[in-house]
Amino acid sequence: MPRENVGQQATVEHYVSKFGTRTAADRAASPEWLEDIRKKAIGRFEEAGFPSSRDERWRFTNFSQLATRTFALGNGNTERDSLEQAVNTKLGWRSDVRLVFIDGRFSHELSSLDDLPNGVVVGSLAEVMNNNTAALHSHLASIADIADSPFTALNTAFFSEGGILLVPDGVWVESPIQFLYLTSDGRGESVTHPRNLVAVGENAQATIAECYLGKGNGCTWTNSVTECVLANAAHLTAHRVQVEGANAFHTATTQCRQGRDSTIRFTTVDFGSALSRHDLNFQLNGTGASCSIHGLSHLRDKQHADNQTNIVHSTPNCTSVERFNGIYDDKSHGVFTGRVLVEPGAQQTDAIQSSRNLLLSDTARVDVQPQLEIFADDVKCTHGATVGPIDDDALFYLRSKGITADDARTMLTYGFAAEIVDTIGTESLRDHLEALLRSRLNAAKRDSEGDL
Amino acid sequence: MLEIRNLRAAINGKEILKGIDLTVEPGEVHAMMGPNGSGKSTLSQVLAGHPSFEVTDGSVTFQGHDLLELEPEERACNGLFLAFQYPVEIRGITNSYFLRHALNARRKCEGLEELDPLDFLDVLERKLATIEWDDSFVNRPVNEGFSGGEKKRNEILQLAVLEPKLAILDEPDSGLDIDALRIVADGVNRLRSPDKSILLITHYQRLLNYIVPDRVHVLLNGKVVTSGGKELAQELESKGYDWVKEPVAAS
Repeated sequence: MPRENVGQQATVEHYVSKFGTRTAADRAASPEWLEDIRKKAIGRFEEAGFPSSRDERWRFTNFSQLATRTFALGNGNTERDSLEQAVNTKLGWRSDVRLVFIDGRFSHELSSLDDLPNGVVVGSLAEVMNNNTAALHSHLASIADIADSPFTALNTAFFSEGGILLVPDGVWVESPIQFLYLTSDGRGESVTHPRNLVAVGENAQATIAECYLGKGNGCTWTNSVTECVLANAAHLTAHRVQVEGANAFHTATTQCRQGRDSTIRFTTVDFGSALSRHDLNFQLNGTGASCSIHGLSHLRDKQHADNQTNIVHSTPNCTSVERFNGIYDDKSHGVFTGRVLVEPGAQQTDAIQSSRNLLLSDTARVDVQPQLEIFADDVKCTHGATVGPIDDDALFYLRSKGITADDARTMLTYGFAAEIVDTIGTESLRDHLEALLRSRLNAAKRDSEGDL
Repeated sequence: MLEIRNLRAAINGKEILKGIDLTVEPGEVHAMMGPNGSGKSTLSQVLAGHPSFEVTDGSVTFQGHDLLELEPEERACNGLFLAFQYPVEIRGITNSYFLRHALNARRKCEGLEELDPLDFLDVLERKLATIEWDDSFVNRPVNEGFSGGEKKRNEILQLAVLEPKLAILDEPDSGLDIDALRIVADGVNRLRSPDKSILLITHYQRLLNYIVPDRVHVLLNGKVVTSGGKELAQELESKGYDWVKEPVAAS
């Protein structure tokens, strides 16, 4: 494939060469089966290179800023306490059960693994790899396709840490399990490749919260992959919150495969990063499976966030619901692409998709693309998209009841976001997100008053 | 309370109100009746300050203020309230959150302390008891997914909480069956008091059987063509709007 330019070619070669010169210790950390996968992955990345805007799937996001920098692998040398304090101001929420990673490295001291039911495995990837490789073999790198995305390929080649949750059949885990990733300012440009695996057994149930928080304005890159494998009648509630630093890059793949009658409730929130791209791939592989995905972006300045969902209905009687709301201020740019594929034979599919977008400035922009590909004849698939400024009728309605124009605008913007945040069933997390939203919107209001 | 003199207003250059005069005293209930397109809803929107309408002539004095100089929220703070004919859906904001902010905005204008959520809930419960309604839509998003009747009731709930000096009710009966109409009318009647006024805008006389007005006005083609007591409404019901049109055409 032709490269966009010489700079990108050099960057690809940089990562390929880093892979070749990994230390013996790094290689030894992977069992043979994984090392085979990694070799294929780096080969795939070398072949594909960074996504090109000529490729339909990537055309709204320009990766040249990312693709012309050579990021060093993050080494977790950061001052722990000051970092923890700094990033806690972004989202002051920590679950009782949590795995904390500092610049990609697992921190025992900050993590907490109390009160888990028997048989449940929660741990850092490196630890679980040491103690219980067999448990990982069947699922790790089993569903996130290296051919699907060069970022997934790069993650697969290099990942060394991440959150692991394995829930045996019939076990219900009540506490939300948090994978908390803290990124420092970075000493130079550095990248981490978090790799999470969540496997929920038959009739089992769990809640996870992936949080990616960044400090300061360093040029850092987080490239995460999360695989979720649900057995028959398994239930997973998953939250994902991204509040990385103002100059950060964030690329991510969430890959879920669902068995019969399983359910996933997924909520994803993007507030941070200069540039973020998240691919959410859901495979409904068993009759009666359902997924609901709620997404919120609130962007300012020149932030860019690109969410792409890809839901594959492979079997009959499955349901998918997607609602993505975006709020775009200043010169920010949002992208939402919602692909739904209904395969032949997937009758009685019920798929709903909506994308609502609020433009708070004349220079903000959003691109919305629904893509329905339907190869069955007895299905119900709907999609709708709206893009516009704050509704004048709603504004007048609130003002006529006594609420000032500024407060009414803030309230309407908040309501737009709350529609998504309110779907978060984990109350303490929801409260923190609501508070964070309020402070972001009030800061925006103060800024605009300052302009007058 | 309210004094309207020769009010003219236009939207997109088209004149809708063509010289309205109306005086409402404290405690009075005035009904403004008229057929579709006569300018009833425009009058209510202009009084509430909708930015789409341009006032081209005349004056409106409310509680001693030049109403037309005030922003919509300032009008509300001075005690004006509009119950919308088509209440707007506000997604993601619960009724109680919205009501608390609206009430606190009002209290701020009056130099009263703002209520915290708990104190507000007490107020809300008292108000619900006054109009004998339950709290079934207090925690739902404002008007979202409400039936037509629920939306109208929600406007009356706001009326109860905000306690305005003058309430303009824009066709609170439209789209309601007789049971829903009774509920709305009973709510309004429980809120009547000697120092509070109501301007009731309606197409049909039916509502006036339940909310009995002191004065009835007929609006035609942007002008009040005749005014009278409550019996005028009954006459209109039996003879239709054509009956008032004729003398106008003849004069």
